[in-house]
Formats: sequence, structure tokens, C-alpha cells
Amino acid sequence: MKTINLSEQTVRDLNQALHDQAIECTEREWEVLEPKGQHNIACGLDQNISVDIKGPTGYYCAGMNKKAHITIHGNAGQGVAENMMSGSVRVKGDASQAAGATAHGGLLVIEGNAAARCGISMKGVDIVVKGNVGHMSCFMGQAGSLVVCGDAGDALGDSLYETHIYVKGEVKSLGADCIAKEMREEHIEELTELLNRAGVDEDPTAFKRYGSARQLYNFKVDNTSAY
Amino acid sequence: MSEDIKVKDGLRESATFDRITMTEIRRAAETGIYDIRGFGAKRKLPHFDDLLFLGASMSRYPLEGYREKCNTSVTLGDRFAKKPIVLDIPVTIAGMSFGALSANAKEALGRGASLMGTSTTTGDGGMTPEERGQSSKLVYQYLPSRYGMNPDDLRKADAIEVVLGQGAKPGGGGMLLGQKITDRVAKMRTLPMGVDQRSACRHPDWTGPDDLAIKIQELREITDWQVPIYIKVGATRTYYDVKLAVKAGADVIVVDGMQGGTAATQDVFIEHVGIPTLAAIPQAVRALQEMGMHRKVQLIVSGGIRNGADVAKCMALGADAVAIGTAALVALGCNHPMYEEEYKKIGSAAGFYDDYHEGKDPAGISTQDPELMKRLDPVEGGRRLANYLNVLTLEAQTLARACGKNDLRNLEPEDLVALTVESAAMANVPLAGTNWIPGKGY
Repeated sequence: MKTINLSEQTVRDLNQALHDQAIECTEREWEVLEPKGQHNIACGLDQNISVDIKGPTGYYCAGMNKKAHITIHGNAGQGVAENMMSGSVRVKGDASQAAGATAHGGLLVIEGNAAARCGISMKGVDIVVKGNVGHMSCFMGQAGSLVVCGDAGDALGDSLYETHIYVKGEVKSLGADCIAKEMREEHIEELTELLNRAGVDEDPTAFKRYGSARQLYNFKVDNTSAY
Repeated sequence: MSEDIKVKDGLRESATFDRITMTEIRRAAETGIYDIRGFGAKRKLPHFDDLLFLGASMSRYPLEGYREKCNTSVTLGDRFAKKPIVLDIPVTIAGMSFGALSANAKEALGRGASLMGTSTTTGDGGMTPEERGQSSKLVYQYLPSRYGMNPDDLRKADAIEVVLGQGAKPGGGGMLLGQKITDRVAKMRTLPMGVDQRSACRHPDWTGPDDLAIKIQELREITDWQVPIYIKVGATRTYYDVKLAVKAGADVIVVDGMQGGTAATQDVFIEHVGIPTLAAIPQAVRALQEMGMHRKVQLIVSGGIRNGADVAKCMALGADAVAIGTAALVALGCNHPMYEEEYKKIGSAAGFYDDYHEGKDPAGISTQDPELMKRLDPVEGGRRLANYLNVLTLEAQTLARACGKNDLRNLEPEDLVALTVESAAMANVPLAGTNWIPGKGY
């Protein structure tokens, strides 16, 4: 295991060392000490390596991640795993707003709560939140799945495209064009698989499903009051 | 109403309720929806035609046009990037998406720009292999929608342009209507075919300049600080926006005036939001100068650039380069009279066509229709664009030499005068024949 202490080295040093692994992988296991909430830790990775960050991170930790498996042993700042393409990111604590924003693939697990706009414009990532999510989560979600084991805030799934949303707790309100949908067998299977991948022990039958009503897919003047 | 009718019958058209206005009222009454169109502002605005160059005479020494060199190259992004972009000419191609434009049009833009040693820019929807392949210098736009955004393409780019807005619709998002969403466009944007694709007006994971500074750091980290990072803003509160962009860490700032084109937005937005390009440049330059960053953070200006005089005037006002969009499309064949009959069939006319969002462009440029697309040969289109870029450059050089300048960037406001009080005030240059700059006295 390779250890980098961010009290002794810079985020630039860390990221360059991790990026170099994409060219020639010399170490599969990495540990980052004393992150102290610094921004842009472990972003832009492109190799099947594991990175354990032992403490809280600032903005955009694991941004645009590909292939790597990153665990944050603490809270994560804004935009954790934003635009992730593949691999996985696990936040042991809470995540600030815009977690998993625009992410195209991979798995994001947040063991605590996620703040506002979790999964905003998500494009294929799977996000599992063990706690609650804040308002406007999954806004303009295009693809992938958002699983919320706790409650969801206001305007869940506003202007939703094709993201699948599963919520176990209460939904304060649904956003424009987001509706509750029937939980069929294929959805139970999908949710079961998502929970298993995330290592979350929940009963899939206790969840409700939400999705797009597809009424705003093409602009109609009669729908202007919905915006 | 022609002048003849007015004179003959003593009729008088209202300046307030002219025929365009009344037609729009009727259209609104019939449809219940605002007018959506492409192109840029069509109203008459203070523009570069309102400025003139003071050529050399006794007090200035001109350069010989056919013997003495006038440099046109410019380096962009040497503030932080390890690999700044060097352009052979200071005219770049502005961001226009694959989706809004056909693949052939994007390829033609790449070919033409590469022939002249300058850059093209992607748009909403990501980078196509054809575009990357044909563009020797390619700027990758980072937009709120993040359609097609991925780190591999980010690392293939020669520069990254963080788009906060554009001159045609500062503060507004965008929409690519479903009729232009083919299977390929849909896949690139991760959305079903035929669905309107909304582009948000705000970025999803940051708000405000302090966040943007961190976002820019992230992009630099992902690309190992190799490539320049631009910030593009629509011209509004340009003085403040430029200062904040510098503070946020931009290598290059792109200011797009309200004459800048778009693929589609509300007409009311195009005509009533933003400020003219002419008014924006001095604001941007003043902001850079006050921060000691003029020429250190480069300024690219766009919005209504048509000829070499416009290029030279922008540079005299302090820009390092310009970007063209609408003019580049016209060079490819947009609104060409050869398609007059077909424009008529879709309710338009050559020279007036602006319904780019409908995807019926007879010139095969702003369409995804396979049959229409074939009308634009990308090789021939590229040659036409290269010719046009060459003319812009030659014209700008001609004017610079006449002002005694051996580098386009040596042009300066002192080389200019204004024809109108408005343009004098906006451009901060004297009214022609006087020493008077409005607001500054003699």
C-alpha cells in the first residue's frame, strides 16, 4: 500500500501520482492521510485502484472518476464524484450538495445523508443514500438510479427524464413531471441488485418508485404552468 | 409598405407599431407561444461600423503593405497552462454544437480553421471524433448540461472553455428541439430520441465565483495543468464579470456580445438582453488593466464580427483575438441565394432564414436530416471557410499597416475615432474630428 499524507504533500502531488497509475500501474492500494477538507482530492483517476481517504474532503473529491474505487472515511464536500464515469465512490459520512452531479456511470454510496441536488442531471450513475436527500434531488436526472433509504426533500425528480428513483421514507414533494409509479417485479429486482452492490441491508419491498410522467418531454404551450 | 405607397396615398406607418411588430402580435395571438429562432440580434445596434481608423500621415508612419510584415499570431493561455495555444491568426471559431449543426458542418469548420492555423470549439453535446480529427486546435466547452462530458475528451482538448453564458441569451439556458434529436445526437447526450433537450442556465455543481475557482482547479487537476482554461460570458455586467473571471483563475476570457448567434432561443431574449459587443470590449479591457492582467489573461471577443475591419477594431480596443460563429456559417453557405426557392417553401427567404431549431436548413448546416446534410461538402466548406478567414486576416493586416503597426495587437484605441456620440461613449474613443469623448470632456 502506498500512503500519501496531505499535510506533507500537496493535492497536486497526490493527483499526479494517481494519474501516473493510468499509464503504468505500480500500486493498486492507496491511502490518503490528513485530507483536512481540501478540494479536488483524487479527481480524474483512470485506473482500477483503490484509494482510502482517511478524513473529510472538500469540493469535487473523486470528480470524473473512471475505474477507481474510492472511499472517503468522513464527510464529503460539494460535488463528490461529479461526472463519474465508472468505478465506485463510498462516503462513510454525509455528502454536501450536488453529490454525483451529471455522473455517467459507476456506483456512489453515501452512508450518511446527502444534501440538496443529489444526483442532479445524473446520466447513468447509480446512487444509493442510506440516509436522507435534500431538495431538488435528481433534478433533470437523465439515466441511472437514485436509491434513498431515508426521506427526500422538496421537488424530488423535478423535470425528470429517465432516471429511476426509489425512496423508502417520505417524500416532501415531487417536482414537475415526477410521479409515483407502480413497483413491478423488475423494479424489485433492480433495487435488490442496487442494494446488494451498495452493501446496504434494506427490504426492497418497503420502497416506492418514482419516475417521469414524460409530459414535459416536448415543449407544449399548455404545460408552461408546470415550469 | 413602400415609400411609393406612403407618398401616393398619404399613408403613414407607425414607428411604434410597424409591420414587424404587428405581425408578431398577430403570431402571438394565433399561437399563444413566444417566437423561438436562431441567429443573433437583428435590431440595429451601435457596432463597429460606427468606428473609423485614423491611418498614418505626417504624425504616424505607415508600413509598406506588400513588404513589411504584420504579425497575426497570438498565444492564448500562458497564465497557468503548461501548453498554451498558439494561433496563427487571431480569428477563432466559436462554440457550436454537433446537434445544432450537422456533422458535415462541424467537419467543415474544423477543416477550414486548421488550414488557417486557428482553433474551433465544441458546443453542447460533447466532442465528435470527426471534429477532433479535423481540428488541429480544439477548444472543449464545459457547459451546464454536461451532455457528453467525459474526462477522456477533456484530456484530448487543446483548451477548455467554461461557459457561463452567451451573448444571444445571457442568463438563459437552451433547448435542442426533438426534431433534431437523431439516434446519434440522443446517444451522445444520454437521452431518448425525439425528446427536447434542455440545457440548464446554471451549472449543476457550483454557484458563484468562489465555487468556480475551485471548479477550475478541478479541471486543471484532471488535465494535469496542461491546457488553458477559458471562461466565456455573455456581455452584460462585463466589467465585473471579467474581474471575477480573472479572480477565479481563467487563462482566457471570452466575451460574447448581444449580436452573437444562437441555434435557438426566444426572440425576446435575443433582442432585449445583453449589451452590444462594441460596448463590452472597453469594459472588459478596463477590468483587465485595473488588475494588471491585460495581455496576461487574454481576451477573446465575439458577436457580430463580419470582416477584417471588425477584427482590427476589436483588437484596437484591446482584444487579443476574436471568435466568429454566424459569419463562419455564412461562409459555409448559410442563407445562400442558391437555395432561394427552398427557403420560400419553408416560409423564409435567403438572407432571412433563422429557424435553425427546426432542422430544415436547405444549406445542410443547421440540420440533422441526412439528405439535407449531404448538400454541404465538408472539404469544399472547409476551403470556403479558410478563404474567408484569410480575407479577414489580410484586411485586418492592411488596416494595421496603415496605422503603422507591425503586429495586430499593437493596434490601440488611439487609432480609432467614432462616427456617433453613442459609439464614442461606448468605445471610449473621440468623436471623429474632435477630441471629445462623451463623459470625459476634451
